[in-house]
Order: sequence, then C-alpha cells, then structure tokens
Amino acid sequence: MNPIELKSSQLTILAGLLLMFTALGCERSVDGLEEPDYPANPDVFINGFSGGLEYFPFEDSRQDAFSVDNEDTHDNTEASMRFDVPNEGDPSGAYAGAIFRDENGGRNLTSFNALTFYAKGTKAGTINEIGFGQDFFGNEFEVALNDLKLTTNWRKYTVPIPDASNLTSEQGMLWYAEGPEDGDGYSFWLDEVKYENLPGLAQPRPAIMNGNEETQTSFIGSATSVSGLTFTANQEDGVDVTVSAAPAYYSFNSSNTDVATVDDNGRVSVLGEGTAEITASLDGLDADGALIIESLGDFTPAPTPDEDPSNVISIFSDAYENEPVDFYNGFYEPFQTTTSNDFVVDGNNVLGYENFNFVGIEFNQDVPTIDASEMTHLRMDIFFPDEIPDNSALTINLVDFGADASFGGGDDSEVSSTLRPTTNPALVSGEWISVDFDISGLANRSTLGQIVLDSDSGAGLQGATLYVDNIYLYDSSAEAE
Amino acid sequence: MYTLNELMKNDLQLYLLIFLAAFVLTGCGTENETEEESYTDIVWQDEFDTDGPVDSDRWIFDIGTGEEIFGQPGWGNNEQQYYTDNPENIRVEDGMLQITARNETVENSSYTSAKILTRGTFETTYGRFEARIQLPFGQGIWPAFWLLGDDSDGNETWPQIGEIDIMEYRGQEPTVIHGSVHGPGYSAGQAVTDRYTISNGRFDTEFHVFAIEWGPDSIKYFVDDVMYNEITPDDVNGEWVFNDNSFYIILNVAVGGTFVGSPSPQTPFPQTMLVDYVRVYKE
Repeated sequence: MNPIELKSSQLTILAGLLLMFTALGCERSVDGLEEPDYPANPDVFINGFSGGLEYFPFEDSRQDAFSVDNEDTHDNTEASMRFDVPNEGDPSGAYAGAIFRDENGGRNLTSFNALTFYAKGTKAGTINEIGFGQDFFGNEFEVALNDLKLTTNWRKYTVPIPDASNLTSEQGMLWYAEGPEDGDGYSFWLDEVKYENLPGLAQPRPAIMNGNEETQTSFIGSATSVSGLTFTANQEDGVDVTVSAAPAYYSFNSSNTDVATVDDNGRVSVLGEGTAEITASLDGLDADGALIIESLGDFTPAPTPDEDPSNVISIFSDAYENEPVDFYNGFYEPFQTTTSNDFVVDGNNVLGYENFNFVGIEFNQDVPTIDASEMTHLRMDIFFPDEIPDNSALTINLVDFGADASFGGGDDSEVSSTLRPTTNPALVSGEWISVDFDISGLANRSTLGQIVLDSDSGAGLQGATLYVDNIYLYDSSAEAE
Repeated sequence: MYTLNELMKNDLQLYLLIFLAAFVLTGCGTENETEEESYTDIVWQDEFDTDGPVDSDRWIFDIGTGEEIFGQPGWGNNEQQYYTDNPENIRVEDGMLQITARNETVENSSYTSAKILTRGTFETTYGRFEARIQLPFGQGIWPAFWLLGDDSDGNETWPQIGEIDIMEYRGQEPTVIHGSVHGPGYSAGQAVTDRYTISNGRFDTEFHVFAIEWGPDSIKYFVDDVMYNEITPDDVNGEWVFNDNSFYIILNVAVGGTFVGSPSPQTPFPQTMLVDYVRVYKE
C-alpha cells in the first residue's frame, strides 16, 4: 500500500472537522438513546425549492396561485416564490393559500429561532396569515404571523419560533393564506425563505387570552378553551413581533383542579363549584394573561321542548335541527355593550349574554331569511342568574325584512313583546322563563331576518347576565290538532 | 495511521497543526479579556458580592423626582420616574446590583426606579472606569453608567463641572449604546457623542463591559475591549473641563425623558439593569 499523503488542503479539512468535533463536544453530552436524526436543513426556498418540499394549496383556494418566478427576485437571485391573490368572485378560488411540506419526514429545526424571508407586493397588501407548522397532519406546532404588511420593495420579515425544542421533525415548513384587498386581487413574492438562529431576536414573552385576565362564568359540566395564545419576541431593531401559536407549545395549569381541569390542548372542563385560575407557561416562561373560571355549581337546564319537529323552525336548540344564522350576537358598534360567553353544559349548548344592553341574532346576510308564514309563536327560554331590579324590562323584537329580504328599504315590519317583573310570564331570577310569544300579529313573516333583545323599556337589566336557550318558531294550531 | 513526521511535509502544515492544537486547547474556554495593559492598578471597586442593600460606604442615593434637589421634576430631561432606595427598586442579589424600573405610582410619578452615586465617597481624576452590565429593554427605558464632575460645594454648575457618559442606552434600540461628554458649550443636545452598534448580539440578553480610559486631553470609549471612539479637546466646541476636576460615578435607570421618549403600552415592566461590577483602575 502506498503511503498516504495529505495535502495541506486536506489537512485543513481535517482540522475543520476536528474543530467541529471539539466545538460540539463542549455543548453536548451523549446520554442514552438519541432520536432519529432529521436533517437540520434550514432552507425552504432560496434559488428554488429545497429538496423534498411539496406544494399543497388549500382545497377552496385558487389552486394555481403559486408559481416560481425567474424574473422578479430578491437580490437578483435565480428564482422567487410568486403568489397571485385572486379578485373577489374569481371562479378559480376565493383566496390564495397553501402549505409547503417536507415530504422526507421532516426537518430538525431545534437549532433555529425564526423563519425569515424577504417579501414584497404589487401593492402594500396585508397577508392575512403566514407561518409554519401546518402539515395537514394535525398542525400540532402551527404558528401564524397575522396581518403581515407588505411594501412594494423587498423587505425582510421574521416569524419567531415560540419554542424550537418542539420541532425535532417538523414537516410544515411554510404556509400562508391571503384574500383580496378590498375586493381586488394582487401579487406578492417571497424569496430567501429559510430558518435562522438570529442572535438579535430576544425577550420572548408568551401570552394566553391575548395577555388579559378574562373571567368566565361557568357551571359544573361546562367546557371552554384557553384562547388568544400568542408569542412575542423583540427584534434586533427593537420592534416587537407577535405570532399566534398552537396550544402544543404551552403547558397549561389549573389553580384548583376540583373546580376545573385543563388538558394539553387548553380545553377546560368545569367539575365543581368555585374559582379556578387557568394559566400557562412556555419553555419555562410564565405566560401573561389568565382564564378565570367562576363556576356557579350545578346548572339547571332549560326545559326540553316538546313540539313536534315538523311544526318547528328552530333558531337555537339542541332539540331540533337549527336554521343557519349569521350570528347570535352582532356586536353592534358603538352602542352595544353585550358580550357573549356561550357555553356547553353536558352537551347542551346555551347562549350566554353578559354586560347586556341589547343584542341581535341575524339570519339575512350570508344565510337565507326565514319563512315563518305557517308559524304562530316564537318560543324562547331565558334565565337570569342575578337579582332582577324592579325597573327591569326585556323586550323581544322579531323583525321581518320584507320583499327585499334585507334591512331597511321601507318594507320592514316587526312585532314585540316586553317582559317585566309584573307581567305573565314575569321576569324572575334563578329559574327559566319560558316565553311563548304570539307572532300572528305580524302580517308578513315570510322573510324574517332578525331577533333583537333590548333593555330600552327598563334600564334595570343594563349590565345584566342572561342565558338563552331553545329559540324556535312553531305553529300552535298544529299542536292543537 | 500516519505519524506526525509523515504529516509535516512542509512548514505550512506545521503551522496548521499548531493553530489546530491551540484551538483544541482553548476551544472550550471563554474569550480572553485583555485589559489595556497600562491600567493594572484597581483603586476602587464594587463587586456586588453581598446580598442586601447597596454598600452605603460606597454609594449614596438620589431620591425623588429631581424637584427635591433641583427645584423641578424630571432631572433636567423630563424623566418620569420617582427614585427610591426601596429593595423593589435597588438591591444586591446573586452577585449582581439590580436596579429595577417599575410602573407604579408614587407621589404623582407613574414609575419608580433608583439612582446611586459615589459623590463624597469616591471622586477622582483619570483612570479606567469599567462596569459589566446586562441592560434592560423596551421603549422609554434609559439606563446609564456615567460620571459627573465635582461642583466645589455648589460654586460651579453643570455643564461647567463636566459630564462623562460611559454608557447610555435607549431600551427601544437593544443593539446600540452611546458614549458622550458634556461641558461648557457642548452640553445636552450639543454634547459630543458617538454610538456603538453591536453585531450578532444585543445588550439586553447578555453582559457586556462598558469602559472609558481617561487621561490628560483624552477619553477613549470601549465596549468589550473594542475602542469605538476617542474624544480630545479638538473634538469639543468649548473649554476642556476634564483635566483638573474630580468626578464621581453614577448608575441609574431612568424612565421616559427627552433622550428616549415615553414608555409605550407594550413596554414590559418591571425592567432590571444587572451590574456585575464597577471597577476603577489607575495606570
């Protein structure tokens, strides 16, 4: 065998390898089993796709919104990612959106702290959502930067990773969703899309409930979820960037598991009477904000309706199939104070209205109006947990939108019924009030569009909490037959 | 396997090996901190090694809004904090001085913080003044490590007494610090100043050493042994007041004020400046 001669270049390589080893040796110790080694390849799209990446557009999006652009690139590289957002009404899809998934089993992203890219638009559009962790396999570690503001010049953007130690085999390398801007489509580009470990990205601050302390009134058997999960980091230029993050990044805790428990996905189950504070942490950092569960104990469900389903048009009830609605709370600005705290107790859905002054339930915008020509009554079960002042009045308004099937236009008509502590049925607290409201006085009820509850006739209920269940229209004459 | 002799084909390879050996030997160590060799004699220091309040033999406090001392609040800069000596605002813990700015209302101020000085306990002319500090962050946070000249029992006033700002920092610029001098004809907005931007890091996530080396007609500014500026009498638009007066050390965290602007609703509180040590060397 010939003696092996190393050239100095080879020796340099050897030296480099040895150096690498030495450097690694300082940081890591081998202890026991190792996870399968997924590549730590940081590249998503530099001069083209990195190996193994596949494009999966969202089902209802414009399927060909994405293309590789060899003309308009950042820093005159070979290629960029181009996205064509459709106009409103485009038959090819209502929006642009896709995931880019690693089909080789995933990447090890644990050594990075951010997804970064350059972007620009044909106009200063706002990308609704862009991030990583959507893989169509459960999206366990999904992260989204909401409302990314584009400029018409290339600019670098950073999407921080909340806790990269989770991303040992991440497949969802990039995802986005963007709709038309004021009805108009436009185009935007991404380039040099990659994962980085930015030394200037720091001061991690996780939050739940968007950093607020929120109190929810609940009952034994009710369920709710921790929401508003965000992660904020401070960039090198001193500007904060906040992303929304999946529950899997957080550890949740309940201060009183006799009252409420919380699972790994942030789902809260109320088990007893009392108060429990749900908090969270991320990578050892306490999250700002808390969900405070005030459980009033056992919930008395509303009486189960006994009308024959064939004589019923239901708007909100677990006993019937409900007509579609636009919403159960319109959050009308600026005068409405009513907030919603809908809840589920033992599988029974209940509308919860808090800070009441008035609230509207609508079925006329994106859903058909309701034809109740054959119906004679509006039924509604209402519960006031707190004491009812003498000057209270609750008015129920049922509005027909007339021939134009929309609000206003001179053809609307309505019928109202007002409950007071002195009426029959009376406004009482602590028990369900079943309202059977005769609507036959409303001549035209073939294009019903809205139910409004208000406190205009008696200020006593302003700020009150009420629960509503079993809202439906029925035909009382059919019942009598 | 090959022997060393086989590998050493020429000098280049030998050098490479030596280079490599040096790396392997030092690879795990921290960087060597090379002090300027001329400043070897420590004449004053606080290592902040005893938990509890700051050492009253070394430091005094400024308390209040500035109105108590200067007749009007804001310390001349529209600063918004009320300085206290409460442990919530200043204490020594885990080998560090901790000065903490809080958003709590005291005496009509929306924030509290702390400021300590060596006035009357240690004042000197010339030397290397250095401190190892991890800074806080956030819009409107203004920490500083600085020197003021003695006022000869009130016979002289600022800016004639002289001011040397070894380190000032805007919480909203986590990679930038400022070093300045103020004197007659070059004070406040006309101060002689330079900024230093750190690459590959931030001042609020790790400790950095801020220093000046001050001698006759010269003040050199350092961050982590990088000299980024030297100010001499040629640079100032007025009398050089740094050759005869003696100066004392100040550490503080201000909130708001003309240099940084007000905190924003997003500024996280509390914010703490950690000081590992303050040392003064003479040649």
